[in-house]
Amino acid sequence: MTDIVAFDNVVKRYPGGKLALDRVSLTLARGEMAFLTGHSGAGKSTLMKLIGLIERPTRGRVVINGIDLARVHRRQVPRYRQRVGLIFQNYNLLFDRTVFDNVALPLVIRGLAHRDITRRVRAALDTVGLLAHEKKFPITLSGGEQQRVGIARAVVNRPYLLLADEPTGNLDPDLSADIMRLFTRLNETGTSVMIATHDIDLVQQMGYRRIMLDHGHLETH
Amino acid sequence: MADASPRRASSPKQASQSSLSEAASGWAGSHARCLLESLGRLHRRWVASLLTVLVIGIALALPTGLYILVKNMDHLATNWHESVQISVYLNTDLSADQGASLAQRLRDDADIDNTHFISAEQGLAEFKKASGFGDALDALGHNPLPGVIQVTPRAAMPPAAVGELVDRLADTDHVAKAQLDQAWLRRLSAILDLISRASWVIGLLLSAAVVFIVGNTIRLDIENRRQEIEVMKLLGAPDAFIRRPFLYSGLWYGLLGAVVALVVLGGCYIALGGPLATLVSSYNGALALEGLGLSGIGLVVLIGILLGWVGCAITVNRQLAAIEPG
Repeated sequence: MTDIVAFDNVVKRYPGGKLALDRVSLTLARGEMAFLTGHSGAGKSTLMKLIGLIERPTRGRVVINGIDLARVHRRQVPRYRQRVGLIFQNYNLLFDRTVFDNVALPLVIRGLAHRDITRRVRAALDTVGLLAHEKKFPITLSGGEQQRVGIARAVVNRPYLLLADEPTGNLDPDLSADIMRLFTRLNETGTSVMIATHDIDLVQQMGYRRIMLDHGHLETH
Repeated sequence: MADASPRRASSPKQASQSSLSEAASGWAGSHARCLLESLGRLHRRWVASLLTVLVIGIALALPTGLYILVKNMDHLATNWHESVQISVYLNTDLSADQGASLAQRLRDDADIDNTHFISAEQGLAEFKKASGFGDALDALGHNPLPGVIQVTPRAAMPPAAVGELVDRLADTDHVAKAQLDQAWLRRLSAILDLISRASWVIGLLLSAAVVFIVGNTIRLDIENRRQEIEVMKLLGAPDAFIRRPFLYSGLWYGLLGAVVALVVLGGCYIALGGPLATLVSSYNGALALEGLGLSGIGLVVLIGILLGWVGCAITVNRQLAAIEPG
């Protein structure tokens, strides 16, 4: 149970025959932060989707926080996802709701009392430095700010694992560095973080472990 | 399983109590919030919502209006039925005195409320006055009309019993013929039965229409919110949570549709008010118009809500299952 993520000989073949992951075995230790790199189509997104239970492996075993994902029934998927913080390249914010409501959504889903929701949403917005913007609509924010809202929404449920798929893909280098520093800070508070990115320069500056994928194979570094 | 929160594990008993009440208030709160939110959604696309609500309203108003019509006509037919009289034609050889005493005797019959004897002479005089054939009748030389006893059956007698009474009167001595002109009343009754049956059939068909209308509206609504639903699923929203606002929308559509139906019916009542008032007053208070009544209004609203909910429920599961993030 020391590993938060454990892939054991995982194969993912999509309907149609495309082999996205080929016998991938890897681990992410509890409290660790690592980057998942590789060219586009290397299998980064597939790996993230397997952890988020958006896809199921063709063969092999995925264990997250001690939970064998093969044993998570379709009906239990929502509850599982509530404890994994997902962050997306396109932010996936809801544009008809305020920043506050966007961040509150995971707590509303869990049915928390209004008082607790307010407290925790404010704390999350404070963490990403957007407390002053809680009443604004996402459309009025810059790309970097929108991604911060996305991150606040991912951490508001206190996940044991943060999973970010190309979080800086739509941002310029300065903003990207800001977002990465934010991940570092979150990791320092004990959350395990896995970030898929093709921004090799940024990854090399930061000096965390790199997990490299190439055409579905794990490359040893 | 996945929920192994260390925060709660620290003091299990207290934590479970507070989380239980927290969950309960959260549950009620989220339902109330959801109910209002779904109303807000309807408001945001108010043109589309209004059209849907109007169509539902008209669909509900039609069978309800027919129902009210049938109920009032039934009432009217019963009134007419009560005013039914049997004409007993006496043999022409019977004198006026004999006729009067027969009328007196018939009054003792338990099935008869009252009798009124019209002698042949009275009948002739009335007929001359009413028909204008006076000269022709004078030319005839003798009175061709028989004496008649107008028999009023006891109140609220079933049609079959009235029929038996007519037969019994026809068999009485000195009676040539007993006649009840009831054919038109039977026809009216049959027509009312037909309209009543038709209102059920139309009601069923239009109920199905309401279900489909709401279903289709919700289907489009879900399609428009595809991205939002995907995001919610990614954030760990269970199907019940995603379904809830749509079910509430269906409920609102049904409720507002029922209100529109009631307003439409009210409008019809006002539009028909003049002629209706004339008709009602011509009955000197014997006829009172019946509306839906409070329970009827409640029923229309309930049916509206139910249909809206059903229309939504049969669509929403299938539609939501088709949306998976990927």
